[in-house]
Amino acid sequence: MPILLGFLILGGLTVVQSAIVSRMPMLQGTADLVLLAIAAWALHSRVTTHWHWAVIGGLAMAIPSGVPFGVFPAAYLLMVLLAHLLRQRVWRAPILAMFVVVFAGTMVSHGLTLLTLWFVGMPRPLFDSLNLITLPSLLLNILLAVPMYVLIGDLAKWLYPEEMEV
Amino acid sequence: MWKFTSTRSVLTFVIALLAIGLIVMALSGYLAPITRLVLNPIIAAQTWLSTRYQAIQDFITTPSDLARLRLRNAELEADNARLQAQVIELQQQIAEYQVLSTLLDYVRANPQNEYVTASVIGRDTSPFMRYVIINRGSDNGLVRGMPVITQQGLVGRIAAVSPGAARVQLITDPSSSINIRLQQSEADAVLMGSLTGELMLDLIPQSDSVQVGDLVLTSGLGGEYPENLLIGQVSGVRQVEAALFQTASVQPVVDFTQLRIVLVITNFRPIDITPLLPTPSAP
Repeated sequence: MPILLGFLILGGLTVVQSAIVSRMPMLQGTADLVLLAIAAWALHSRVTTHWHWAVIGGLAMAIPSGVPFGVFPAAYLLMVLLAHLLRQRVWRAPILAMFVVVFAGTMVSHGLTLLTLWFVGMPRPLFDSLNLITLPSLLLNILLAVPMYVLIGDLAKWLYPEEMEV
Repeated sequence: MWKFTSTRSVLTFVIALLAIGLIVMALSGYLAPITRLVLNPIIAAQTWLSTRYQAIQDFITTPSDLARLRLRNAELEADNARLQAQVIELQQQIAEYQVLSTLLDYVRANPQNEYVTASVIGRDTSPFMRYVIINRGSDNGLVRGMPVITQQGLVGRIAAVSPGAARVQLITDPSSSINIRLQQSEADAVLMGSLTGELMLDLIPQSDSVQVGDLVLTSGLGGEYPENLLIGQVSGVRQVEAALFQTASVQPVVDFTQLRIVLVITNFRPIDITPLLPTPSAP
């Protein structure tokens, strides 16, 4: 059920990302709804399907994008790995962990994209990329981190209810 | 007996005379002050009574009227919402019709090409890429490399195709480079996109006189685009004496933020000149 729901939610978020969010840039940067959803999902303590969500979200984002295939899944898997490590250590302040994971996820995603584009002969100027794309995207992602964390948290609580001790 | 009859006749006559007199006086307006004097208190009393009665009646019947009004209000609000949705839909249709109409004019003016119309349904999910997604694909005869235009000018070319959709690389993409010709100065140059979405001309020979306002057209060199597609106008020239080439900035004719409907030129196939390019190992 969580995996099936992952297809629906991440597929829907990819459509929203391509149709709406990409048309609302700050400078040249845009928020990454799929990254936010996966980060929030991976930070929830009872969730066990975060790896699946990373792959599903990565593939969904890769299909409409001109970025070489594999960059999004790899970036999201690395982010989920970080979230997995963090939720075992900073469990008392999950929202802080969310900020850390979103920050790191955005940097990893953009860093991998730049590196891959450079490898395939489509290099982007590093300084302009940082100023015009990465920093504005980071700001938008941080701003949307809290509402996404709350929404995905509610979904996780619904799918993974707390077990009552008898 | 006669006396009694005579008295009654006289009485009747007097009454009739009085009545006629009163009627004549009333008609001639002589009784108005008396009438006013008598009727005014009656009218005032009736007004007072009627007002109170209506107030009591309103008080009693208001609840049912309120419910009816609420129902009517809800109906009107629903009608209003439906009509507003219709207005928005019609406005969208009008805007679409206007775009299609201008595209049709363009197609009629350029009958040498074959076109497929497509709607822009999305943009690349990565902010590093300047691509748009269109709702036509290989099922509609589109193949990679086909030029994409609007009635204003060149938009880009198809970079990837799926059965029902295609991805178009915009000319503003940082990886895009197009061979162009300046109409007035007849200089050849290369147009390049950038991360900011600005268009730059490079490799303009120093000997060529480039003016602000020169029209930028595709040259057809390299076989990637048909020639004479309008791209924009030169908006600024940068000439450094020590440099080998001049550079210039270009104002595109297409507003890439408002792309909605585009035309794909389907009878143009890009020519792959890669085998003709010299390689370091070639003799």
